[in-house]
Amino acid sequence: MNVATPPEKLTVKDYASDQEVRWCPGCGDYSIVRAMQKALADIQAPLEKTAFISGIGCAARFPYYMATYGFHTIHGRAASIATGTKLANPDLDIWVISGDGDALSIGGNHLMHVLRRNVDLQYILFNNEIYGLTKGQYSPTSKVGTRSPSTPMGSVDRPLSATEFALGCGARFVARGIDTLPKHLPEVFKRAHAHKGASFVEVFQNCIVYNDGVYDHFTDKKVAADRQVLVEHGQPLIFGTDQDKGIRMKPGRIELEVVTIGENGVTKADILVHDETNKSLATLLAHMESPAFPVAIGVLFCDPAETYEAAVHAQVEAEMKAHPSPNVNDLLRSGPTWTVE
Amino acid sequence: MEGSAAVAVEGTIREEVEDVVVRFAGDSGDGIQITGGQFTLTTALAGNDLSTFPDFPAEIRAPLGTTFGVSAFQIHFGSREIRTAGDAPDVLVALNPAALKVNLSDLNRGGLVIVDTGAFTDRNLKKAGYDDNPIENGEIEGYRLIAADITKNTLEAVKDHGLTQKEAVRCKNMYALGLVYWLYGRDRAPTTNWLNEKFGKRPEIANSNIAAVNAGHAFGETIEASGETSAYKVAPAKIEPGLYRTITGIEAVSFGLITGAQKAGMRMTFAGYPITPASGVLHALSKLKQFDIVTFQAEDEIAAVCAALGGSYAGTLGVTASSGPGIALKTEAIGLAISVELPLVIVNVQRAGPSTGLPTKTEQSDLYQAVFGRNADAPLPVVAARSPADNFEVAIEATRLATKYMTPVILLTDGYLANASEPWNIPDVDAIPDFPVKFLTDTKDFSPSHRDPETLARNWPVPGNPGLEHRIGGIEKSYETGNISYDAANHQKMTDVRKDKIDNIANDIPEQEITRGEDKGDVAVVGWGSTFGPITRAVQKAQADGHKVSHIHIRHIWPLPTNLGALLKNFKKVIVAEMNTGQLVTVLRSEYLVDAQGLNKTSGQPFKVSEIEEAIRKSLGK
Repeated sequence: MNVATPPEKLTVKDYASDQEVRWCPGCGDYSIVRAMQKALADIQAPLEKTAFISGIGCAARFPYYMATYGFHTIHGRAASIATGTKLANPDLDIWVISGDGDALSIGGNHLMHVLRRNVDLQYILFNNEIYGLTKGQYSPTSKVGTRSPSTPMGSVDRPLSATEFALGCGARFVARGIDTLPKHLPEVFKRAHAHKGASFVEVFQNCIVYNDGVYDHFTDKKVAADRQVLVEHGQPLIFGTDQDKGIRMKPGRIELEVVTIGENGVTKADILVHDETNKSLATLLAHMESPAFPVAIGVLFCDPAETYEAAVHAQVEAEMKAHPSPNVNDLLRSGPTWTVE
Repeated sequence: MEGSAAVAVEGTIREEVEDVVVRFAGDSGDGIQITGGQFTLTTALAGNDLSTFPDFPAEIRAPLGTTFGVSAFQIHFGSREIRTAGDAPDVLVALNPAALKVNLSDLNRGGLVIVDTGAFTDRNLKKAGYDDNPIENGEIEGYRLIAADITKNTLEAVKDHGLTQKEAVRCKNMYALGLVYWLYGRDRAPTTNWLNEKFGKRPEIANSNIAAVNAGHAFGETIEASGETSAYKVAPAKIEPGLYRTITGIEAVSFGLITGAQKAGMRMTFAGYPITPASGVLHALSKLKQFDIVTFQAEDEIAAVCAALGGSYAGTLGVTASSGPGIALKTEAIGLAISVELPLVIVNVQRAGPSTGLPTKTEQSDLYQAVFGRNADAPLPVVAARSPADNFEVAIEATRLATKYMTPVILLTDGYLANASEPWNIPDVDAIPDFPVKFLTDTKDFSPSHRDPETLARNWPVPGNPGLEHRIGGIEKSYETGNISYDAANHQKMTDVRKDKIDNIANDIPEQEITRGEDKGDVAVVGWGSTFGPITRAVQKAQADGHKVSHIHIRHIWPLPTNLGALLKNFKKVIVAEMNTGQLVTVLRSEYLVDAQGLNKTSGQPFKVSEIEEAIRKSLGK
């Protein structure tokens, strides 16, 4: 076998393919692909063991721009193909790349099952609240009233929260990132990669053509500090330009509230400390919406459990151990047979 | 021959018959399929040739005693070659009035009816739609009758074994089996052994069932002594020497897939979703993990085919199985497999009707779907099994084509073949040639789209190999580099190469043989799939009458064998017998401009030999 000698250390550039990137100029996807390349360089992910598998949509072009293995599949089904690939070769490191339509509309069923099964892969959902590649129809995450070619009078159906959906499906790792946080996003990807099991990451991504500015209300530099809380395990949920705002449990209720440290007798000790192993807290954090609450960014939930492919292969190995060197001729001759002379 | 002594029962004068058709029928909870399975095994051990047809309702437990809850099992056995489950039963075992109601009209005139009078209560008669008792009102005149209170006799026979009333009544199928064993002088030992093994942990159940078999048999001896009914003898058939077993289509296709994967030198990733009548493949392979098989019950049909394709992407043999409606859902992913040129085996256990149709009834109406049923020009090879055991060879062939040509392959089998069983001369797997798959490992001048100049199959770089990192996808690819290409001339070239690759497979499959008869004559009866049995028997009978009739049975549905067109033109008339409204006939007419005529049936039941004989006669102008 001819093995290409890898360079001493892979750089960010080594993770980029030679293909011309064809997203619209200014698209949030550019910064996501860069964040991914940085994350992979940071962890020195072997190119040959890494595979990006995507469905259909703007985000799904992602694998073409990575110098790893890549499979651009069909609409909504990347999770299923990735499940088969991981079952066939658990040594591969698989990233599924999807969008809000691909993951939550046509592929909702597969997303649900890949998460509940806990297949060891990273599922990155680029959420821009719109169908981009088909020219701007509203998506399952679009806000009520979204005007689009298919909803000229505004959409009437209520949107889905991707993160809450993932938690509801039993995902053991749920995180959020933003395309405009180039330092934070690679860290989220690295955490997702480090987690054994299905890791779900929702990336708020701006579609400059069909839904420009949809997240400005919490991502714009002017408001970001007051409208986002960057959660970190073991750290108090404090945010704000002056780092004086915090999240605490509303006394006597299963509900969060925003408080200001130093006002009404609130001290830092009253602020909730993030515990990423606490699913109830993660669910409450995922539910926070701007502007009443800051949007929770970072690793909301991380509580590893046995992975699906490990359990499947444990059964295969047990059977192989119990019946070593099985022979098809013996199999065909098992059960009642008779000889004709 | 081993076991042939069983037909000679001492002191009994038996009328010798060449072949017999027996149908067991009763409520779906009566254990009819088990009864049939046991009779099949015993008959095989007695050296007869045989063919079976299980016919069960779609409902798992339909309301007791209703006509739509009737389950049946038909076996045709004889001292000659047996290729069908038989046109009409000679013996009908009816364990309740509904079973009689549904099946009596099929019985040959003068045939024997065995009924459980204990089940012919007013309530059951009413549920079956009888106004009064058919045993008493002359409705079964013209048939011979063994009327026994099987329920009561069974309860009596098992009373000392400590079963509950419900458990005791359940033994009545074994009583009926014992009676039929007596009728044909069968050895009871195989069933006794089977019961002891199956109910090893509950000996009281094993012993009760054995007591019921023996009681049924003794009942036969009693009525024989009284001169009411005579017993029969069916001599062993002339069968090719070898080691035999009975095998169903589900078993054969599963074993064939395992063998195919081994011949290719690959592990298997099987992904399925429960669907009648294909689930059996998932069940069978899930029990054979020791062969390094990963089985995956997916969340839906689409996920199943996608996971199988994902398995192929990773370098294992991806396999999925379903039935028509499930295959419809898999269609887009099959197109992806064609586009990215990865191997994939898709087993379609066909069932009747569009949409849900008749899930437990058989049909061959997915030929168009297999050959043509995808968007755009998306050719793939299609192979079809003709008998339960033939699924073994066809599954190996599907694997060979998929891996050699980097293509999805559809294997057509059907509900009848899946569940029916036949004796199988067990092959030596070591004698089957290997077809090892070649993964690309050489990084020099690497492109994922380079092709073998002979097969046109693209090379296969598998994730995990350093230096071969590449991207594939459903967007049109450059013929040279494999990268995305929207170039017009390139798309023409890629469309052509996809077609040529599949067409070229015709040169790598056996020439079409004449299944039975001469290679020219007055009539060729062409078939594919499970019509094999009735066609070959009908042609045999027509030949015996001196007619120049031949049988041509096609395994490779797409591409077709290269000599088929010329062969068909050697016959004055061509009849294509299919359980659909005329699908292969359309393909043959279109491919060869041959005036083939369809003989079609879509009743959910296999062809009768007589139906094909009649078509041959008509075609001959007789």
